[in-house]
Amino acid sequence: MATPVRTRPWRLLSALLVVLVGFSVWAFFPGTDSSIRLGLDLQGGTQVILVPKPVVEGAVITDDQLAQTVEILRQRVDGLGVAESEVTTAGSGADAAIVVSVPGLNQDRVVELVQQTALLDFRPVWSVFGPTSTTPTDADGAPIEGAVSATDVEVPVQATENSVEFQTEVAALDCLNPTNYSGGTPDNPEQWLGTCDQNGFSKYSLQPAFIKGTNVTDAQAQLPQGGVGWIVSLEFDTEGAGALATASTELSALPECGTGASPCNAFAIVLDGVVVSAPRFNEPILGGQASIEGDFTAQEARDLANVLKYGALPVTLEPVDVTTISPTVGQDQLSAGLIAGGVGLLLVMVYLLFYYRVLGVVAGLSLVVAGGLLYVVFIVLSKTIGLTLTLAGIAGAIVAIGITADSFIVYFERIRDEIRDGRSLRQACDTGWIRARRTLLAADFVSILAAAVLYLLSVGSVRGFAFVLGLTTVIDVLVAFWFTHPLVVLLGRSNFMQRGSRWTGLDPERLGGVSLADAMAGQSRRKRREGSA
Amino acid sequence: MSKLGSLGQRMYRGEISFDFVGRRKTWYTISAIILLVSIGTLVFRGLNLGIEFKGGADFSLPNATCTVESARGVAETESGGQAIVTVTGSGTVRVQTETLTPNESSILAGALADACGIAKDDIKYQVVGPTWGAEISKKALQGLGVFILLVTLFLTIYFEWRMAVAALVALAHDLLITIGIYALIGLEVTPATVIGVLTILGYSLYDTVVVFDKVKENTRGITGQSILTYDDAANLAVNQTLVRSINTSVVALLPVLSIIVVGALILGAGTLLDLAVALAIGMAAGTYSSIFVATPVLAQLKSATPEMKALATRVRARRTQIAKKTGADSVDGGDVVSSDSLSRSVEAGERSQPKRVSRSKRKRK
Repeated sequence: MATPVRTRPWRLLSALLVVLVGFSVWAFFPGTDSSIRLGLDLQGGTQVILVPKPVVEGAVITDDQLAQTVEILRQRVDGLGVAESEVTTAGSGADAAIVVSVPGLNQDRVVELVQQTALLDFRPVWSVFGPTSTTPTDADGAPIEGAVSATDVEVPVQATENSVEFQTEVAALDCLNPTNYSGGTPDNPEQWLGTCDQNGFSKYSLQPAFIKGTNVTDAQAQLPQGGVGWIVSLEFDTEGAGALATASTELSALPECGTGASPCNAFAIVLDGVVVSAPRFNEPILGGQASIEGDFTAQEARDLANVLKYGALPVTLEPVDVTTISPTVGQDQLSAGLIAGGVGLLLVMVYLLFYYRVLGVVAGLSLVVAGGLLYVVFIVLSKTIGLTLTLAGIAGAIVAIGITADSFIVYFERIRDEIRDGRSLRQACDTGWIRARRTLLAADFVSILAAAVLYLLSVGSVRGFAFVLGLTTVIDVLVAFWFTHPLVVLLGRSNFMQRGSRWTGLDPERLGGVSLADAMAGQSRRKRREGSA
Repeated sequence: MSKLGSLGQRMYRGEISFDFVGRRKTWYTISAIILLVSIGTLVFRGLNLGIEFKGGADFSLPNATCTVESARGVAETESGGQAIVTVTGSGTVRVQTETLTPNESSILAGALADACGIAKDDIKYQVVGPTWGAEISKKALQGLGVFILLVTLFLTIYFEWRMAVAALVALAHDLLITIGIYALIGLEVTPATVIGVLTILGYSLYDTVVVFDKVKENTRGITGQSILTYDDAANLAVNQTLVRSINTSVVALLPVLSIIVVGALILGAGTLLDLAVALAIGMAAGTYSSIFVATPVLAQLKSATPEMKALATRVRARRTQIAKKTGADSVDGGDVVSSDSLSRSVEAGERSQPKRVSRSKRKRK
């Protein structure tokens, strides 16, 4: 016979209670947010996966550049003012990808925002026109054969000087065409530029840049005291401040723009080849600090400040995956996932109850405890490391129901085996556990290994799934060791189970009492029983 | 007690013994046929890859009022390429085009919203660049490689290399069958499918480890006796864990099936459904392989070792001796004898210890 095992069930049960209560208190501590953060696929929103490419062909992106890019994107996305937005990286070096997630439904703005990747510069405005394309006409008003028309030119229109050709091309530019006002093609700051504003409302002819985006050290959206509207305040470095002083002195003396005057007194903030804003100079700015006034809403002011502050990225970003999920679809997915999980759990419990009777109740309780523990641990992880629950995560949890229940099945079958070997119920609960424990740990180790590898090497939804799978496996081990086993041991000592009944699920008579089959199969056991065999 | 319980009891004691290990050729043939069909379909039909792998744009229009033709018209005009339009469950129109820039997709989403009488914000869309899919696939394969390496290491240390090999054979078997069925039915392969398949990795091995642990236990010190061959002991292990295998499969499949049913009823196509379908196929294959593939392969590998060959010879010799003594049994060696002699011993065992059973009876009365 195996050496008697002394299990202290109450001690194990209290260990679990401590863990459960500890996490619950942490999770539901008053005054903190005790909700599970939902992933984009469940609450709706936009996710953009970007692959950074070096600005210079063939160059290698350093970790520093990547970190800087993420920081810039995070600032921009935070500037949207949407809670729980996220910018994360996956992989590193040449394989790196940046994942931008913004909950709520702002797909166009999110994509726009993260895509604003390129050069920011400040240019003096030469003249401002209406957005329509004008083609040169002859004396009778008919289009001249072979002249430049709207189909021939697109943003950015560039030239080394304000030549006649340049002027004709600018005139022919059609700023009502979305491809011309949505930007995306960086301009050469050393040359003249003909372009549109980002809404397609007007068309600009611009002089070479006098300040580059890198000269901006800070930009803030502000609501000045006593002021009527939002402004964007700007700070420049020494080089920028000098250039600004010169340019503003010259420009503020010029006539108002939009009156046909050229040159006129405004400067254009050009991002990715299109005009983001074209404020006019009211007075010379000498201190390196400027503010842009306009009919800004709070949102517009913040967006502009973000663009100014974080305009120039060290890399170009290519959006490789843009996913938008509407909040209603997300809600449906969440409720379907929860229903499926609930139904699955119920079915498993009914099956276990039917098959294992009283032990089935223990298994059901264990599943409930495991579920409860998963819930509070998830809240705590939401709080501490910002873990979000995704649909893949829910799927992981549902799959885990089966794997968790299997631990109990392995244990119960072992107990039955021990009883079949002729052990008493009390002994069987302990010796069966010793054998089941080894199997359990080995099998769960494989699961955790799979989860860890998946988590470390994958991107996006696979990660969420892997995390939940790993977490549930750890919880499975915890519950099996600290709840199921001690509870079964306690049951085994109870009068009800000792009396033996068909409801216990462990009735020795039904299970077949003693056999010698195992004596032939397991030599170690055979040796122990040499006398009787 | 349910019938399965008493079946389990008789299998545990070897009264009923399914010959999983001895009839390995039959199982190998069945598996080989399924695998050939799988590989054949994979080669000739290929997988129906989702846009996440080949690049493209995918728009879901819930409660759309437009016809498939009008939606296709709008999509082809706006995208300037071919568009595939399908209607999925609950009146959702799905439009797939070649890959678009974010701007183009936003414009197309707007046009589709106008044409189909729904708000643009209700449209769910996804745009994937063509290189990104290759990236994801590469990552998944890398993960697979690393996992297999680590798990082989673990199994070799915990069990032995032959068990690691047998477990991996079963794993490859499950993965191939799952992928093959995907190719056969033409189900779309999405990232969720990949998650499902990767889970099968874990599940298939988990299942195999449980059975192998019993094999390991049964064969400890097996060379010190001459009653059972390695094949017999391994087969007994499979039989002893069979009830557990069945229960585990039922319990694991119940939640997955509930996802499939709930998913199909409420959601139509989606991450949950894709995942559940892959899991259901893989889990079924995993259970099959842990019984019919992993253990027979292991027994075959193990029986080829000199010690086990010697053991098999000894067992055969002993059985011939018994057969000569009793004279009654028409014995010609092999597996038939093993189950025979097993059940005989079992009966003897029960006869030899009748008191324990009657005591429990007495107690209840």
